[in-house]
Amino acid sequence: MGSFILRRLGVMVLTAFCLTFIVFFMTNLFPNLEKLAKTQGNFRMSEAEVTSWLEDRGYLQPTLVKYAEWVGVKPGYLTVDAENDRYVGRCVRPGVALEDTPRYCGLLQGNWGFSSVFKEGVSDIVWKRLGLTGYLMFWVMLVMVPGALIVGVLAGMREGSRTDRTLSTFSIASTATPEYVSGVIFIAIFASSAFGLKWFKGSATKAMEEPTLENFTLPVITIALYGLGYIARMTRASMAEVMTAQYIRTARLKGVSFRNIVMKHALRNALIAPFTVIMLQIPWLLNGVVIVETLFNYKGFGWLLVQAAGNNDIDLLLACSVVAVVVVLVTQLISDIGYVFLNPRIRVS
Amino acid sequence: MEPLTWTGGLGTFLVPLFYLFCAIGALGVIALFVLPLVIAEDTSGAAILKRGPSDHAASVIQWAFLGLVGVLVIYTVVAIFGPYGIGGIIGEVGARFLPVWIALIVTFALSITFKRKLGLYGKLFDSPIGMIGFGLVMFWVFTAIFADLVMTHDPLSQVSGMKNKKPGHPGGEGLVGHYLLGGDALARDVFSRMVKGSQIVITIAPLATLFAFMVGITLGLPAGYFGGFFDTLLSFLANLILAFPVILLFYLLVTPEIVLTGLPTFMAMVLFLFPMIFLIILFNSRYFIKPQKRNLLIAGVLIVGFALYLSLISDQTRPQPLWVDFVPASLDLFNIPGGILIVFVSVVFVNSPTVFRIVRGLVLDIQTRDYVAAAQTRGEGPWYIMLWEILPNARGPLIVDFCLRIGYTTILLGTLGFFGLGLPPESPDWGTTINAGRRLLSAFPHPAIVPAVALITLVLGLNLLADGLREESLKD
Repeated sequence: MGSFILRRLGVMVLTAFCLTFIVFFMTNLFPNLEKLAKTQGNFRMSEAEVTSWLEDRGYLQPTLVKYAEWVGVKPGYLTVDAENDRYVGRCVRPGVALEDTPRYCGLLQGNWGFSSVFKEGVSDIVWKRLGLTGYLMFWVMLVMVPGALIVGVLAGMREGSRTDRTLSTFSIASTATPEYVSGVIFIAIFASSAFGLKWFKGSATKAMEEPTLENFTLPVITIALYGLGYIARMTRASMAEVMTAQYIRTARLKGVSFRNIVMKHALRNALIAPFTVIMLQIPWLLNGVVIVETLFNYKGFGWLLVQAAGNNDIDLLLACSVVAVVVVLVTQLISDIGYVFLNPRIRVS
Repeated sequence: MEPLTWTGGLGTFLVPLFYLFCAIGALGVIALFVLPLVIAEDTSGAAILKRGPSDHAASVIQWAFLGLVGVLVIYTVVAIFGPYGIGGIIGEVGARFLPVWIALIVTFALSITFKRKLGLYGKLFDSPIGMIGFGLVMFWVFTAIFADLVMTHDPLSQVSGMKNKKPGHPGGEGLVGHYLLGGDALARDVFSRMVKGSQIVITIAPLATLFAFMVGITLGLPAGYFGGFFDTLLSFLANLILAFPVILLFYLLVTPEIVLTGLPTFMAMVLFLFPMIFLIILFNSRYFIKPQKRNLLIAGVLIVGFALYLSLISDQTRPQPLWVDFVPASLDLFNIPGGILIVFVSVVFVNSPTVFRIVRGLVLDIQTRDYVAAAQTRGEGPWYIMLWEILPNARGPLIVDFCLRIGYTTILLGTLGFFGLGLPPESPDWGTTINAGRRLLSAFPHPAIVPAVALITLVLGLNLLADGLREESLKD
């Protein structure tokens, strides 16, 4: 078990390095840097000015060198203009004197860089936004997981019955409705003046400070609905498989009531597979989070990702992708380990 | 001119009927879930033969649904044959789709008549779910084909005074005197844009999925069959791409700046090679012992393939020409705008790793069968076994996944449009129109709702179709 986890961790670190390097490479392509220079400096800069702006800040070094600086194994780029008492570089922060500026500032030093859009340290922004998204996700999970399990178990306990057909069609419909469609429809029905219901708010900006039923319901439901169908279908398949097992038939022949068969004998075994699926679903929810936070203007991690990507904010985007990748890989690891723990029939090696 | 109402002159008679069927259907659904809880289930053998309360509830729902469809059909038929405006917006919209209805009826009539001779496709017409799904998908396919007949106005022209107007507002110079489903924020006809948008979605989504399957199959077959280092490397790469959040990948790939670097063209160069490689290996392994036929087929694939390949990737009008743009203009049959190409390439790129994993898993499973061992004993080459023994036997799950994946690709295209990536802002595709409409959502919901409903029905249709196919293919 220990070596299994170690090997997985090794692959995780390798994957994370590959992915961040890809993001780094893409964000450092010249047209992207040119855009960065123009948005940061001034839109009417000539080509020569753009080049000198980038040269000044060390953006024109080879990609590998810049990546090493970001990781923190090479000293950060620094230009000092002694005459004008002006210095720019990777590690320079506003209000910090040249003598106090550290030489290395990368991940290894615990420094995630500086956001060029928000003019703030990247780790502060990311933690703040992650907290908001975490709160949203908590409620999504609270709605989605029990809902999906109930639907799946009800459908799977009598495969092919009317209930099964109805609930399966519902699950299919929910997987066929992406967040940007259900969100738009929910806002139109429940929050617009055209239908006149106005039960909920179409914007969740206020929910960042004081979430209420009125402004937080629609975002939560929108994300939960898309994931619900998929988990429910997996639960149904697993439940249906368990219900055909020999020991269930034995219990039936012994005269155990149907309710007891489902609750005491089938449920525990049927919930192993959905656990894996729920874990693997979390990275998918990230997509939903980005869409829903943009749609409802809830300024969490997804909104941050869009801002970082839209403005080519290199450090922020890298931090966001590290977070996203870690979420993906950690959930994969948990689902593998959890599967082994829950199912005694499977041994790792 | 008077604005059109939703129901027109038929409203007084048909609206109560419509609500009645809705109410009956809702009661049926409630009964379906409540009755089994109230009435104790009779689990003895005789109960299987008798119709229980939930069966009755289900048939009530079925009849209510048929009734609703009937009401809509009456609207449409009256609007087709009656004077303009009598069927209201519902009737007129139904009447605009006349060519689509005719094509659908012909398709269904022919398919049901010959369903016993049509293999898996024919069996689809035994399952109601599959039939509904197929109907929805074909509706949008025919709409895309007949888009120019269905549209009422030019989808790009703006008419002053029609900005954000409610459905049925009179105005605009087109085939009908009203904006049937209203005007959007730039005073364009929402209905015509939705119809035109179906063309973009219906062309890109299946084609991109097909390319993703070509890439996934060409790489997944040898990875599963040979295993070893090649497999480890490809699986690592596939997992790498899958670990990327899709939206981050889109934001990195699908920007005007990236198009400038020529990266999408390089990716297209690699990805578009796979269909050709696939076909060449396919024919080479099959007709290896008939060299004449093989050479003919491969020459055909190469000629047609390279003509299409060069046309696809080269573009003489590119601002900074790449080396591919120096092919003579006579070889460059058509140009694909940079925006569409990058959307296409990135969707293929996102989908292929999943297809790769599915194919690889299927190969690992089928490899152990006796017929593979028999082929190996006969001395068949590995590519023959992969493409002509394993692949045909993996077709069931692959066809089902193909349908599901077209739906997923449609969702991805919508996501791209929703974030305003790739396609130009005036493009009528559904994602872009939803994005444009969401800004004024609480005041004028119709410009966003119409494409949203269109997108749902298409994806739902594809999912139901896949479900029907899975059910029917499992029956043998």
